[in-house]
Amino acid sequence: MQLFPCPFCGPRDETEFHYGGDAGNVRPDGADVPIDRWANYLYLRGNPKGAAREIWVHMTCGEFFVMERDTLSHKVLSSAELGGEHTI
Amino acid sequence: MTRRYSALSLFKEGLAGQTGWKQAWRSPEPKSSYDAIVIGGGGHGLATAYYLAKNHNITRVAVLEKGWIGGGNTGRNTTVVRSNYYYPESVELYGLAHRLYEGLSKDLNYNVMLSQRGMVNLCHSTAEMEIGARTVNAMQINGIDAELFSPEDVRRVAPIYNFSPDARFPVFGGIWQGRAGTARHDAVAWGYARAASRLGVDIIQNCEITDFIVEGGRCRGIQTTRGAIRADRIGMAVAGHSSVLAAKAGFRLPINSYALQACVSEPVKPVLDTVVLSPGTGVYVSQSDKGEIVIGGGLDRIPSYAQRGNLPTLETVIAGLLEMFPIFGQLKLMRQWAGIVDVVPDSSPIIGESPLPNLFLNCGWGTGGFKAIPAGGTLLANLLATGKHNDISRPFDLNRFASGRLIDEAAGSGIAH
Amino acid sequence: MTASRIAQGGTAIDRSQPIRFSFDGSTVEGFAGDTIASALLANDVAVVGRSFKYHRPRGIWGAGVEEPNALVDIGGERATPNTRATTEPAREGLEARSVNATPSALTDRNAFLDRFARFIPAAFYYKTFMWPDWHMFEPRIRAMAGLGKVDAGWTSPGTADQINHHCDVLVVGAGPAGLAAARLAAGAGLSVTLIDDQQRAGGSLGHRTGEIDGKPASVWAEETVAALAASGHLILPSTTAFGIYDHNLVGLNQRHFDGRPDTLWRVRPRRIVLATGAIERPLPFANNDLPGILSADAGLSYLRRHAVLAGRRIVVATNNDSAYEVAQAVAEAGADVTLVDIRREGTPTAPAKVRVIKGRALASASGKLRVEAVTLDDGSRFDADCVLVSGGWTPTIHLFCQAKGKLAWSEARAAFLPGDPVDGIAVAGAAAGAVSLSEVFAGCENAVAAPGQAKVAMPRSTGAEATGGISAAWPKPGSKGRIWIDYQNDVTVKDVELAARENFISVEHLKRYTTLGMATDQGKTSNLPGLALMAGITGRTVPEVGTTTYRPPFTPVPLASFAGARAGALMAPVRRLPLEGAHRESGAVFQEYGGWLRPAHYGGRDADADRAIQDEALRARQSVALFDGSTLGKIEVIGPQADAFVDFLYYNTMSTLKPGRCRYGFMLSENGVVFDDGVLVRLDEHRFVVSCSSSHVSAVHARLEEWRQDRFGRDAVYIHNATSEMATLTVSGPNARKLIETLDLRLSLDEADLPHMAVGHGSYGGDEVRIARVSFTGDRSYEISIRADRAEPLWAHLREAGKAFDAVLIGLEALMILRAEKGFIVIGKDTDGTTLPHDLGSEGPRTKRQTEYVGRRSLFTDEASRNNRLQLVGLTVPSGEAPLPTGAHGIKRGNGRLHSQGFVTSSYLSPALGRPIALGLIERGAARHGETIEIQHLGKISSATIAAPCAFDPAGDRLHA
Repeated sequence: MQLFPCPFCGPRDETEFHYGGDAGNVRPDGADVPIDRWANYLYLRGNPKGAAREIWVHMTCGEFFVMERDTLSHKVLSSAELGGEHTI
Repeated sequence: MTRRYSALSLFKEGLAGQTGWKQAWRSPEPKSSYDAIVIGGGGHGLATAYYLAKNHNITRVAVLEKGWIGGGNTGRNTTVVRSNYYYPESVELYGLAHRLYEGLSKDLNYNVMLSQRGMVNLCHSTAEMEIGARTVNAMQINGIDAELFSPEDVRRVAPIYNFSPDARFPVFGGIWQGRAGTARHDAVAWGYARAASRLGVDIIQNCEITDFIVEGGRCRGIQTTRGAIRADRIGMAVAGHSSVLAAKAGFRLPINSYALQACVSEPVKPVLDTVVLSPGTGVYVSQSDKGEIVIGGGLDRIPSYAQRGNLPTLETVIAGLLEMFPIFGQLKLMRQWAGIVDVVPDSSPIIGESPLPNLFLNCGWGTGGFKAIPAGGTLLANLLATGKHNDISRPFDLNRFASGRLIDEAAGSGIAH
Repeated sequence: MTASRIAQGGTAIDRSQPIRFSFDGSTVEGFAGDTIASALLANDVAVVGRSFKYHRPRGIWGAGVEEPNALVDIGGERATPNTRATTEPAREGLEARSVNATPSALTDRNAFLDRFARFIPAAFYYKTFMWPDWHMFEPRIRAMAGLGKVDAGWTSPGTADQINHHCDVLVVGAGPAGLAAARLAAGAGLSVTLIDDQQRAGGSLGHRTGEIDGKPASVWAEETVAALAASGHLILPSTTAFGIYDHNLVGLNQRHFDGRPDTLWRVRPRRIVLATGAIERPLPFANNDLPGILSADAGLSYLRRHAVLAGRRIVVATNNDSAYEVAQAVAEAGADVTLVDIRREGTPTAPAKVRVIKGRALASASGKLRVEAVTLDDGSRFDADCVLVSGGWTPTIHLFCQAKGKLAWSEARAAFLPGDPVDGIAVAGAAAGAVSLSEVFAGCENAVAAPGQAKVAMPRSTGAEATGGISAAWPKPGSKGRIWIDYQNDVTVKDVELAARENFISVEHLKRYTTLGMATDQGKTSNLPGLALMAGITGRTVPEVGTTTYRPPFTPVPLASFAGARAGALMAPVRRLPLEGAHRESGAVFQEYGGWLRPAHYGGRDADADRAIQDEALRARQSVALFDGSTLGKIEVIGPQADAFVDFLYYNTMSTLKPGRCRYGFMLSENGVVFDDGVLVRLDEHRFVVSCSSSHVSAVHARLEEWRQDRFGRDAVYIHNATSEMATLTVSGPNARKLIETLDLRLSLDEADLPHMAVGHGSYGGDEVRIARVSFTGDRSYEISIRADRAEPLWAHLREAGKAFDAVLIGLEALMILRAEKGFIVIGKDTDGTTLPHDLGSEGPRTKRQTEYVGRRSLFTDEASRNNRLQLVGLTVPSGEAPLPTGAHGIKRGNGRLHSQGFVTSSYLSPALGRPIALGLIERGAARHGETIEIQHLGKISSATIAAPCAFDPAGDRLHA
């Protein structure tokens, strides 16, 4: 059981969280976005082994946030509110 | 020296103290160049090398393995072999694998213990039975040996299932494939390794890829911990770590890596003669020839490269198992482990040339790569030998993500996304 | 008689409480405090089981969790297969049976297999059984494999407790190191949890001599435990730490011996001290697997704890100092003892009454069903009825390795020791390679979190100290005879040599190829000798060969512990309606739909169900129907940018909706697939209610939140899921308005005030009600939403007032017929994970909308524009035929085979139309109305004609009737 730090609630069990995707995967708007760009946004992932910057949601409080953690060691490096006000 | 495996050779060797056996595969030093390189010494990589030699007569081939062969997901799965798929493209792919599995022991001269004990995917409600019918009909139309089971049929093949009226997940019926079953996972890797090695393939263990050699925009070889090795056709079959190699080659894949756990009980005398999957619990279970109850379940929903089990998922899976088979409540957990699987948005594999020319992909098998090993090997070998898709591999090209033509088995089962 | 109970001593047993139990049908006598193993030994039962492969006789080897041999099936109420006899307390009336033996361990009829051992070496099965087919051989091999038997009549003794626990320091192991560390931590003001897998704390102090702080070590141990307990620290005996998981969560298996299931503890300590001790290794000599050959330390433990002397003529074989105390003790207890030490020099003083032979090793043991004699490497031979062996000590570093700790090889100790420390974990005592009590205590000082804070003095060893001299004695290649490495799985030196010969030299290949270390003991006694042998064969050092991955659990843990209370109704609990009680009174038959337990129909069970459903659907069209629609999603979207928000979330433009009105629309996923459908209500300028499918509420809510936080922000939109706050009661049918009028809901029902797709507000019994004119049946309908806890009187009122109109209660099944008559879809049933909105006939927004929305770009891919997509259609069958089976496929023929061209998604007999109706997704279906296609279901072919989805009242007149 990993402990993830919700920027709003503090450390909580991993089972309260849901993975939301790569941080920084910005949605391209418009019907005329080149299809490769759209497919990159929809499907391509960095999926790093090691340090990762990810979007997570703490399902208990409903807030999305950014978490930096290591996908190999499972060490959590930081977590911050979207926009970056609260940081743990 | 005894080369061929048979009851007779085993008997003769028995008289001679079993001292005459040759190495199952050679471990030569890597050469500086090959006609083709296969990255990854799991089932898919070894099968690729074997079929390159066997089907295409290309024998100057190296299989490069970071650790020890068969040590990735080939050695960490729950050994189920089946081809009960919905879409025609999937049926072609997994059907090929299934047929090759049926002849594999004899083809490789290695007993991979394919045990076609049948598999039932249970249906727990009228709605699931309707989807079950849709699925069975699709399979029958596509030539798969699927049947729609009644509750009585399920009782016949899995009498120890929880048929109590209080069961949380009652049985309304199931989807049966009689040709499905299990195979001995390690034997598949070792059998392919031995057969490929005998055809001249070099299997190089403890050889990690550090970089790709790119010249003129094409992949011309690789740098490894054991030096540079050149080839103009390079295939990669490194389930779980596909994104890591892709990053070295300069592109991204539609893949997330997740841990998939499995566990076994202590060995007991036979009590379960078929493979049972419950969509209600997400648990699938069989009993190995050694007697262990082999238990698999859902993914740990946290992207990870750590090959270790955890408690929350284990608890969910085992609770599900005991709901399905209450009498397993007297058993004990003996071993738990995890493999890292490539999860693709449509849960279908990616087979084809990568964005880096000359580098070909065999990845994205998700939780179901083991059953596809013979097909994955055949198709990647064909790509490496000819540079072109055949009709079976074409739909699984990476370009499907831009065209939108995904092959999503879960979607076919009526799961809205 | 050889092994026997001696007249005096035995710290664990209570001679005033004799007990009797059965083993393989024979009576065994013992005392309270015996384990099954100690009692069997006291009764001189030598053969307690059979090995996995060769069915070799197996005796007791150890006295704890490392036991590879003595597994028994416990029968009766608390049936458990494969129980370790060495850790299971003996109790009155217990029934134990040996495993893998028929009819008994002593007379196993498969013992003949051992004579064929040369033909069935490691991994032989990969080399044969290929012709004609593996299936010919498998059933018999399968029947031979496995150990214990599952009891088919077993029933659960109850729910296993699961306990979450926090503490400052978790000390695993209550031997000298664990006790010292616990005492130190407690002295520093930390909360301590101390666990040990034995019933009594003390570890080796329970049978090894020593003196601490001037007291006998066992007395010191008892006092230390008592003091810790008195200070409020948690002491858990009979508890094994089986795994260290992510972020140092520790799993504990606590055993109970009063019939309760074991307890699972999930402990989250700030710091973990692993004082897990060490496990004694066997020595390699031919037939070292014979019954009567025990771990020397186990021999000592049985003597001092259970007063059982393992033999009369005992050979103690060793390569290290630790066996000298054993030899001395068994000699003092009256055995004739010969000590054989492979070392010529540097050995401890010979104990009194013990014959010591130095510089020699055992070459072989002999005997039929138990050891009868041993031969030394100089050829000399002695009679012996027991051999106590010590091949050195393997620190128990399993948990350290599970926590990703790396090991360091110690040549001096001939063992792997913990390497660089892991955050939050310390290893102390024998697990860290300490031998003497002084070493143990010295190592403990650094193990506890706050060095220097301790307010208690370190314990001191004040007696004679153990010494750690050892000369490695690994199995050697080319040795004569059959030398066992893994007792349970029958792996011998020759098997390891065979693996090496065939290139299975990686330690993981060695394990998998030979099954070394894969038995229920997980190689606690066999792994290190096995890999040391592989090192010897391949000319590598032991650390070069390395170890296999250590995986949980350390000892087998009952599956029931992991499940806990999660079973039956507590597993994935269904959601329940606020009016469930009322529905039950009305005779509702409930079924689970998308996680909700809902009335399927009222009255009519089993064979009568269909008739009841048909009746409900028919009567609903005739007068008025009452339906509980409380599960319908009601997610409020509030805020200054609420209109922009719903525009972005919906495929359809929603911002043009006027307050007080409703509009039907789709929500898409980013891949364009229809994710949900439903009616959006605009309550006022800045407030909407999203009515989503019952089974989708939480998923839709999550999506709304995700997009809100991603694109709109905290001040722009607020989202509130009010689904469970409100019950929704639906009144539908030609007389719906008349029935509602009898209620006086304090709002105008005039067409002008409350037309179709409008929402109005009234009250009932003082509570606000919201009334929406939306229809899922095609008839005039009113959806009345009211506080869930006030819904019951309204429902009762509706039913009462409905009598005058012959109102009918309808369940979900009838509703499904009514909506299918109208061609209204259910997402996930009439759509699948590839369905795009234009497949359902909704082309407008795709071609006309200029503003951005979720999934938009995906509607213009090659795939989305493909001209042979599956499209929603109605399907009719020839007159007189039964309804199409749901799940049947439309087929077409080409290239000599069949192809699917879509499938039936919903199919019913329509009572209103008096004929079957169906919906389906069919290739190019929208353009093929009137075309007849072949339908296949489970091999049978029939036909159907493609039609418009709506089969009933296509003009929609009844909405306003």
